[in-house]
Formats: sequence, C-alpha cells, structure tokens
Amino acid sequence: MKAPSFNTHGVWAIYRFELSRALRTIWQSLATPVITTSLYFVVFGSAIGSRMGAVDGVTYGEFIVPGLIMLTLFTESIFNAAFGIYFPKFTGTIYEVLSAPVSHFEIVLAYVGAAATKSVVLGLVILATASMFVPIHIEHPLAMLAFLVLIAATFCLFGFIIGIASNNFEQMQVVPMLVVTPLTFLGGAFYSISMLPPAWQTVAYFNPVVYLISGFRWTFFGIGDVPVVTSLVATLVFFLICLSVVGWIFKTGYRLKN
Amino acid sequence: MSALETYPRPCGSYTGLDDIDTSQTSYDFCPMNDIVIIRNLTKTYASGLQALKPINLNIKRGEIFALLGPNGAGKTTLISIICGIVTPSGGEVIADGHDIQKDFRPARMKIGLVPQELTSDRWETVWNTTTFSRGLYGRPPNKAHIESVLRDLSLWDKRNDQLQTLSGGMKRRVMIAKALSHEPIILFLDEPTAGVDVELRRDMWALVRRLRDNGVTIILTTHYIDEAEEMADRIGVINKGELILVEEKQALIKKLGKKQLSLHLQDPIKVLPAALAEWNLALRDDGHVIDYVFDANAENTGIAALLKRMDEVGLAFKDLNTQQSSLEDIFVSLVHENKGAGK
Repeated sequence: MKAPSFNTHGVWAIYRFELSRALRTIWQSLATPVITTSLYFVVFGSAIGSRMGAVDGVTYGEFIVPGLIMLTLFTESIFNAAFGIYFPKFTGTIYEVLSAPVSHFEIVLAYVGAAATKSVVLGLVILATASMFVPIHIEHPLAMLAFLVLIAATFCLFGFIIGIASNNFEQMQVVPMLVVTPLTFLGGAFYSISMLPPAWQTVAYFNPVVYLISGFRWTFFGIGDVPVVTSLVATLVFFLICLSVVGWIFKTGYRLKN
Repeated sequence: MSALETYPRPCGSYTGLDDIDTSQTSYDFCPMNDIVIIRNLTKTYASGLQALKPINLNIKRGEIFALLGPNGAGKTTLISIICGIVTPSGGEVIADGHDIQKDFRPARMKIGLVPQELTSDRWETVWNTTTFSRGLYGRPPNKAHIESVLRDLSLWDKRNDQLQTLSGGMKRRVMIAKALSHEPIILFLDEPTAGVDVELRRDMWALVRRLRDNGVTIILTTHYIDEAEEMADRIGVINKGELILVEEKQALIKKLGKKQLSLHLQDPIKVLPAALAEWNLALRDDGHVIDYVFDANAENTGIAALLKRMDEVGLAFKDLNTQQSSLEDIFVSLVHENKGAGK
C-alpha cells in the first residue's frame, strides 16, 4: 500500500464530519441569522431607514445589505472554525487527527474549508432573506462571490487560531464579541465612512474592517469607501497573516502537541 | 548513519545501531524482523520534566509486546511519540521502514492507536465514527471491512447507536474498532482493559490474539500484570523514563524467577535455630511455617542440605510446597530495585 502524496480521503473525512455536525443543528444555525437579519430590516430598513435619504445614490435599506452580511459572516466564521478545532481538543478526540497521516496543510484545508463553506452558505441565506425586504441588485456578482469566499476563509483561519489558543469556551467568544463586532459596527456596516466628521474618518481608516466591508459593498453597488483594489489587498494581507500564524502553530505544536 | 539508512538488512549483518547500550537488555538486532525500531528516543517537556531518557527498543514483527511500568513511568509518552501526538526531543523511530517524522504518511498509515482515555464524539453513531477513522487514515471506503470489524467486536447491532448511549465497555470496543478501521499492521493499545469487566477483558484478549494470528504486531501497555503474563511474547519494563528491562516473557520468568519452599512444621518454634542461619530463612504464621527462597536455575538449590540439617537439629515438618515467582513479583522487584538505584 503506497501512501498518497495528498490525503484526499482524510481531508474529505474531516470536511464531511464538520459539515454533518453543522447539519445536526441546521435549523438553529439558519434560524438565528434569518431572524436577526429580518429584525435589522424591520428596525433599520423600515422604522429608521424610511426616514433616511439615499447613501451614495443607494436606498438605505439596500445600502446596509452588504454590511449585514459581513456582520454575521465575521462572527459566524470565527465561531465555526474556532469551535471546529476547539471541540476535539476539549473532548480529547484531537489525538486521532494528530496521529493520522494528514499534513498540517490538509488539516487546515479540511477544518477551515468546512467552516468557510458553512459561512458562505450562511451569507447567501442572509442575502436571500434581505431580498425579501429590499430589491437586491448586484453589480459584480462573481466578484461578490469571490469576496464572500475570501473573507469567509480569512475569518475562518482567524477563528481556527482562536480555537487553538483558547483554553475554554468563554475565551473563544472574547475576540468575536469584544473586538470583531464593535469594529464591524464602527467599520461602516450601517453607514458610509464619508458620513463621519473628517477627524473620525481618519480614525476609521485605521479599522481594518472598513476595507473588507467597503470591498464587499463595491461588488453590490460599484461604490465603496476605499478603492476596491485597496480592499482586496487589505483582505489578502489579513489572510496571509492568519495563514502564517497557523503555519507557526503547526510548526511549533503550540497548544496542539506537547 | 540513521536507522532508516541501514534499513532493511539481512539478519546478522546489521551494524547501524552500534552505539546502543545493550548491557542491560537483550536486544535482537534483526531489522527484517523488527517492525518498530526506537533509537535514542528522548523527551523532555517544557516544564523540564524528563519523561524519557534515551530509549532503545526493537519490536519484532508479529509479536505481542507488553510495556509495563508504574504510573508516570513514560509508557504513554513513548506511545504518543511513536503515533505522532507528542514531539520527541531527540532520537528517531522507524515504523515498518519509515521514519515517523520525515516519512510520516506511510508510517502512520500502518499504525493504529487505542488511547487510554475514552474519547468520543458523543453524537456520532458507531458506524460513522468508524468510517471517519478509516477515511482520516487515507483509506478508501470499505463497508465490508468496517462491518467485519464491528461484528468482530460485537458492535454490529449497535452500529446506528450514538456513542453517548453506549456503556463504557462498548465505548472501549468502539475505540478499538476505530483503530482497526484502516487495517493497521502495528497496533498500540494503551491500557486497553482499564475499567472493563472480566468478560470484556477476556474478549479483548481473544481479539488481540486473533489480530496477532493475522500478522498484526501489538504493543500494549498495562497495569495488569496478569494481562501481560497471559498475552505477551515479550515484556518491557519502564520506570522513570528508563527502559530497565526487555526480555522474552518465559525467559524472564525463568531468569529472574525465584522459587520459594515453604515447610509446615510439626510443632511451632519461636526462633530459627542458629544452625539454619546460612539459608537465610523466614519464619511466619506464629512459627508454624519456614520459607526458603532459592534460585531454581542454580546447580545446587540448597534444599537437600537444608532438609538434612533440619533433621539433624530435630526440626520435623508435616508438609511442604514450592511456589514460582509471578511476573508481578518480578515487576515489583525490578521497579523497587530501580528506585533504590536511583536514590
């Protein structure tokens, strides 16, 4: 029996295992974002949005769709990937993955791939939910999908790191709740950065989330707070940083191996 | 020269492991027959704890090797390193001709591990968790093999049950099924019968023998000396990270085994007569029994002379019996000696 140079069966086993775990709680997984998105549209779209003018020529209800998708995508990607790797550490079943003939790259590909798949599906479900409240027009649909996948993969990598570094379930929630969600709210999810006073605009550009939301919004409306190339570069840089940290984790065995 | 570079060679011409200290163990350097070669393996944890001092050990193809040792001796650390769960500080391990670090894929595909802890994904079914393990180890789906493994372990009727509904013994069987799912030729069993009932223990022993008969090499750690005595072909004793002995089980019992002669006296005595001092006897049961420990392999056991001297001093006995040291006695004695030497 010759060992394969790429463990396709191993990657598929982890990927399928992770997706089947999500399928066990499919209704809870989908109901939460659908209800939350609906409530955002009731509050911001109808109650408040009806009293607001268009932003950069786009109705307010339509304008917040990319931001809403990003808001959920960020937190769900982090949590899905963090939980995916933390749970086997917690139960002890990680021994099987560590002793199996799967490379570090294959482990990351399987876990992050499964988490990113869930996040992308979730993003599309939110988009479908939003379309029930406002007319959706996507100017660059392929770019939208590409951004969705790239950002989901990036935040899943980020979540993977958090899952490995966490010692308990509470620690896993610290970064998404205390860092990512505030940065998303302040990153232009519900407004254009140009609507802020000049001084705050300068501060806002130090927020990396601004670039992600701006890039994703550009795929919908062809407009953004920063040029789309800048958004793409910022997303790729974040992706590469996360990838490097994951590489270091496997090289050193940090929190995985003794 | 690494062990891998010299592997394999015909028996009798193997020269790659010259630097191994063989003074305390009886290594058989026959790489064609050695499925696992451990060379100068060490592990020191970040805390500074030296879990393994340089370990050198060859596991023969197709044997059942029992690794005995008290808690914290380094048994699990050794197994965890070979299986890739713990990173070694130094040395190397060759599994069926493959370095476990440099050539990890083929090495790991040949190894199965049943860990000490009962870890499971409680919501998964027996079938799913077993097929997951097979896939993880790079093997294509094979329903017939999984069915055969589950039937062998009396798990077939439970195949659709979630793991959380199973008893501890059944979970232990599932752990074995997972380890066998990818058809390994080397199987590590870390305390396989810890916490299982007598019936399951016997079942597992039978399963281990069947696996060995099918060509699987088995390395097991255990606290149960009778388990090693019952199943193992060879015994290794590890203490404080040091492999203090490796020996064929029967040879070990023969070599280190002491016999004890117990003489049940006609009339009890309060003290042993001075004339019997040279035999180093022990008096017990309120002076009713005299024990004499002797080397069964010695040319002159001293029994005849003892009986003669007893007759001379008028010490009559009504019954006598001899008892062979068990593996447990040998193990306790070895560990005790090792502790003493370490002081």
